[in-house]
Amino acid sequence: MDATAQRRLFEESAVTVAPVISVRGLRTAFGDHVVHDNLDLAVLPGEILSLVGGSGSGKTTLLRQIIGLDSPAAGSVQVLGRDLHALTSDEFRRLSQHWGVLFQAGALFSALSVFDNVALPLRELRTLPEDLICDVVMCRLAMVGLTANDADKRPADLSGGMIKRVALARALALDPGLLFLDEPTAGLDPLRSDEFVALVRSLHAQLGFTVVMVTHDLDTLVALSSRVAVLADKRVIACDALERVVRVDHPFIHEFFLGERGRRALGDLAPKETAHGKP
Amino acid sequence: MPRPHSSALHAVPAVRHDGGACHLAGDWSMQALADPGVVASRHEALAHTSVDLRWDLRGVERLDTIGAHLIWRAWGYRLPERVRWSDAQRAVFQALAANRGDHPPPAPPRDDALEWLRAIGDGLARGAANGVALLAMLGQLVLDLGAMLARPRRGPWREISAQVYRTGAQALGITALVGFLIGVVLSYLSAQQLRTFGADRFIVQLLGVSIVRELGPVLAAILVAGRSGSAITAQIGVMRVTQELDAMRVMGISHGQRLILPRVVALSVTMPLLVLWTDALALLGGMLAAKAQLGVSLQWFLQSLPNAISLTNYGIGLLKGVTFGILIALVACHFGLRVEPNTESLGRGTTTSVVTSITGVILVDALYAVIFSSVGI
Repeated sequence: MDATAQRRLFEESAVTVAPVISVRGLRTAFGDHVVHDNLDLAVLPGEILSLVGGSGSGKTTLLRQIIGLDSPAAGSVQVLGRDLHALTSDEFRRLSQHWGVLFQAGALFSALSVFDNVALPLRELRTLPEDLICDVVMCRLAMVGLTANDADKRPADLSGGMIKRVALARALALDPGLLFLDEPTAGLDPLRSDEFVALVRSLHAQLGFTVVMVTHDLDTLVALSSRVAVLADKRVIACDALERVVRVDHPFIHEFFLGERGRRALGDLAPKETAHGKP
Repeated sequence: MPRPHSSALHAVPAVRHDGGACHLAGDWSMQALADPGVVASRHEALAHTSVDLRWDLRGVERLDTIGAHLIWRAWGYRLPERVRWSDAQRAVFQALAANRGDHPPPAPPRDDALEWLRAIGDGLARGAANGVALLAMLGQLVLDLGAMLARPRRGPWREISAQVYRTGAQALGITALVGFLIGVVLSYLSAQQLRTFGADRFIVQLLGVSIVRELGPVLAAILVAGRSGSAITAQIGVMRVTQELDAMRVMGISHGQRLILPRVVALSVTMPLLVLWTDALALLGGMLAAKAQLGVSLQWFLQSLPNAISLTNYGIGLLKGVTFGILIALVACHFGLRVEPNTESLGRGTTTSVVTSITGVILVDALYAVIFSSVGI
């Protein structure tokens, strides 16, 4: 499915399809410092939503609240139709099998081999036989472009790009409907970064999960996102397809998307400079 | 989109095999397979099928790659020729076919009959390498110390002061508590034995010599090794993980000058002081216990204490304190610098550091005992 057709589908479905994640009236504060105030966000099934915002705008905090690692001071977070903060720990454990998380530094267990890292979530189900687990793990490793030779390696022996791939394989181990990526291309060189973007895109096409991604990298953002949510002024100031987000008149959006780097990454999507009367 | 807890249709069997056709139905997602017994029963049902049958997957409500793997195994890792399925289902199986993971090579056979011998050899070689590295570190320390004394204004005084506070002042509480309790225990134990011989008055000699010469230094050293030794190893180890050690080297700051020297100097200052402190608290505990058990008056105890403990014994205790301090700091720094940048190595390094320094302390203590007895003090 090409990008425009996909986008059109989301626009049509936005009215009818129930969101996978819906955040309402969220408030986060560290002491006196308010990070989010009355923040709303909805993520639709099958899309790749990018969260962008300045440093300290609480992107990663928001992500942590959506996956239940942190609790907001007020407001509700619903994932797959269930209110995260009203669940018992057992219900939460079952629900959390529906998502996979790729942490910024990979967060591989350094005591386990690559194979065991990917197998861990499958083994934790405690019902799958070891030969099936082996099949699934090797398939996941093949999907992220790793071979059987890499399976025995330790995380300490891997390069940055390989760590991200293994972490992605682990996040996808349970075939989750939801994938969270925290700065997926941070720390990768442009070539590895492009490879990783292509990998996520092909897996998205194959497995059809929903992606929520926090990123600073404009190239990744342009290449992957079907929608972009911009965090500024303690809330989501815009959440729409990229070419519409860049037309929103807000200082952060001007600075982030319409600087020299932004224009270069956006290419044809960037609005003409005269449209806003700003460089 | 998978939904949690959608119950599978159990009315229709998941695998129905009649004649030349095999019909699959129900829920083939990870959530359904996670229920106990489901995988085994479906595996059993699929075992009687083959890829050459006619397959019908149109009854399958939900399918993900984990459920698909179960079917994929039954198909012998290839797509059947005659199959009816939806486009989405075909896409799932095509993803599997496209990412056919080869199986990891079997682990090399380990029928090494002499492995234990190799393990012993490895252990000895590792121990020797550690010993050599520690010796080199001691030599470097002497050079660094010389350099610092030649130009005292450039010495790392702030670091030394911080370490003295951390390893000394903050250790006062725990050494006091343990010292006091050991004093009480020792006194009770000896009082029982001494009373049977009517030798009550020798409690002062017994407590005095054993605590000041042996127990005080060793007790303080073991506590400091567990407390400050582990902290030093972990701190330097984390600096390795976060590349702070490399940053220091790039700036031309020597690890010996800024990391090792301050810690060794600080511990060699604080250890004898902690030994004194532990001695005092242990004697206090012993004295109170002696009064309770034997009725020895505090006044008499204190008066006979100076005669019981010679200045030599005191000196030996302090000398041991200094040695143990240097030993603990060196061992802790050594293992800290050897930590590799991963969490497992950090944990292992800290454990090894504490175990080695406690063993080393007791070894050196035994060595001192032999030396002093051979020169007759």
